Amino acid sequence: MEQILVNGLYLGAQYALIALGLTLIFSLMNVLNFAHGQMYVLGGFVTYTIVSQLGLPFIVGLIGSAVTLAVVGAMIEKFLFRPVIRRSHREESTMLLAAGIAFFLDAVILLLFGEKQRGVPKIINGVFNWDFRIIMPYDRILIGVLAIAMIAAFILFMQYSRAGRAMRALAQDRVAAQLMGVDVDRYSMIGFALGAMLAGLVGGLLVTITGVNLGMGGPTSIKAFMMIMIGGAGVISGAIAGGFILGMMESIGLTVLAAYGDITYLVIFASLMVFLAIRPQGLMGKPWG
Amino acid sequence: MSTSTRLAGVAAFLLAVFVLVPWAIAASGRWDFYYTLTSVALLSIASAGVWLTFYIGRINIGQGAYALVGGYVSAILMTKAGFSFWLTLPLAGLFCAGLSVLIGLPILRLRGVYFAMVTLVLTEVARLSALALPVTNGAKGITSIPLPGEVSLFGLTLIPDFATLANPKLAFYLVAALLMVLCFAALYRIVNSRLGHLCRSLQQNEELSASIGVNTAYLRVLAYSISSFFGGIAGAMFVAISQSIYPSSFQVADSVNFMLNCFLGGLGYVFGPMLGTLLLYFGWDLLFTTGRFQLLIYSSLLIVLMLVLPNGILSLLDRKGGRR
Repeated sequence: MEQILVNGLYLGAQYALIALGLTLIFSLMNVLNFAHGQMYVLGGFVTYTIVSQLGLPFIVGLIGSAVTLAVVGAMIEKFLFRPVIRRSHREESTMLLAAGIAFFLDAVILLLFGEKQRGVPKIINGVFNWDFRIIMPYDRILIGVLAIAMIAAFILFMQYSRAGRAMRALAQDRVAAQLMGVDVDRYSMIGFALGAMLAGLVGGLLVTITGVNLGMGGPTSIKAFMMIMIGGAGVISGAIAGGFILGMMESIGLTVLAAYGDITYLVIFASLMVFLAIRPQGLMGKPWG
Repeated sequence: MSTSTRLAGVAAFLLAVFVLVPWAIAASGRWDFYYTLTSVALLSIASAGVWLTFYIGRINIGQGAYALVGGYVSAILMTKAGFSFWLTLPLAGLFCAGLSVLIGLPILRLRGVYFAMVTLVLTEVARLSALALPVTNGAKGITSIPLPGEVSLFGLTLIPDFATLANPKLAFYLVAALLMVLCFAALYRIVNSRLGHLCRSLQQNEELSASIGVNTAYLRVLAYSISSFFGGIAGAMFVAISQSIYPSSFQVADSVNFMLNCFLGGLGYVFGPMLGTLLLYFGWDLLFTTGRFQLLIYSSLLIVLMLVLPNGILSLLDRKGGRR
């Protein structure tokens, strides 16, 4: 049982970090970022290239992923989303753009990095073993701790820094924030860059454990959507809660339901539908996002 | 636009679909175009369903689920119960419509991206269910499904047995095109009726229309079930053509494509999904020659198109007098 809980915590920390980026972008611009999973994959490949091909230390790879994705995110916001949002009649039009960007990133990843599964060597060897009740490789513990530290840093940044306050104001009410003198365009761009950067960081973290391949993008996006549906779209605490809940459910489901075949996700999806029927805005969301 | 020009337009369209295209294909000998055009016709039916949910102000990325369910219903009825294909076609549609009422009642309370995300998850649920349920034969799928049989009334053959035809591709094309014409005629009729006006009021402001006495809960379930009906018959027809179905026959990418077709054609126009499907499908096929750059060029074109025409291709017509 302890093992299941620890696995769930570890998964949940990763998931929460992915969901945070998605929910940040959503709350600032009302854009559902279909390309989030692809950004995560791109981050993984950047770390792989820096660590495995160039032979630099892991931390450099992680920073490289973060910087690359932040730049990509900022460019996407400035040159693609901003003009389309300004000119389209219905705000849903951004979904076509987001899906187009997802395809585009897939194509770029395919051309640059190929379609093979890639991974980097373990950063630390050894396995933590507590009386055979909890068995956890040290590198997983390190990644889990890093992820939790990043979540904490992100919350502190959003709570106390000037940029974080501006972004929270934007998420609450765009017009009011603009009237109070917040540079809306600038902080939208920073927010999108930050969201993309988080996706890249998770990619960089997970490449050490699960590796990365081209096909991971779409499923990751779907998982991230589920997390922000559980917690409530556009709410930071909701994204974190959703991530940990999904991680726990996956960990428990894989153990308990293993006897009935591969139905963990089916059960999770079905319970999500029932949950949303009772509480459409998720755990902590505002009604209708 | 006057009635006579509209009739002339419809006549020209029917002539092009049922006479000119078969003639051109016979003349050029490009028989493979039949398969492409049949696919376009069927995909545009499914996209028409998505378009209808857009019309009530919901973003539907779950059409792939209903296409898959429709396909499986048709396949299982044909192989296990020995039904004729022509009977399973409406049954698949009705099954999907019924299913969508059950699913739609809770999830249609959601709006905006919440609904979009739930329907996206629904596509994944359908795929996983097809993998897990015993009746669907898991990942192996259902194969060697018989071709559509003959339909006769009082000894008079209405539809010949497809297996005996010299050119089943042409027959499939004609059936699919006929289905497409019927579906879009029905859609046009719905949009230009009282029901359509009520749906438009839902799209603009749901609270307001509820406050003046529109039964919004009933309307959105109705629109959603019609949409799923379209998805179901498109899926069933696909099964008849490919004679097989797998859990991966319709997946998330297909659901997203159905939505893209609607966006590309234009959300304000009934025939938007048809044009969008034609362009996207043909565009993808034509880019096949570019090899590994296919996806790159395709997605770049999508992005550029979105930057230039964010309201769909048919919004070009807006500048010339605002036809709708």
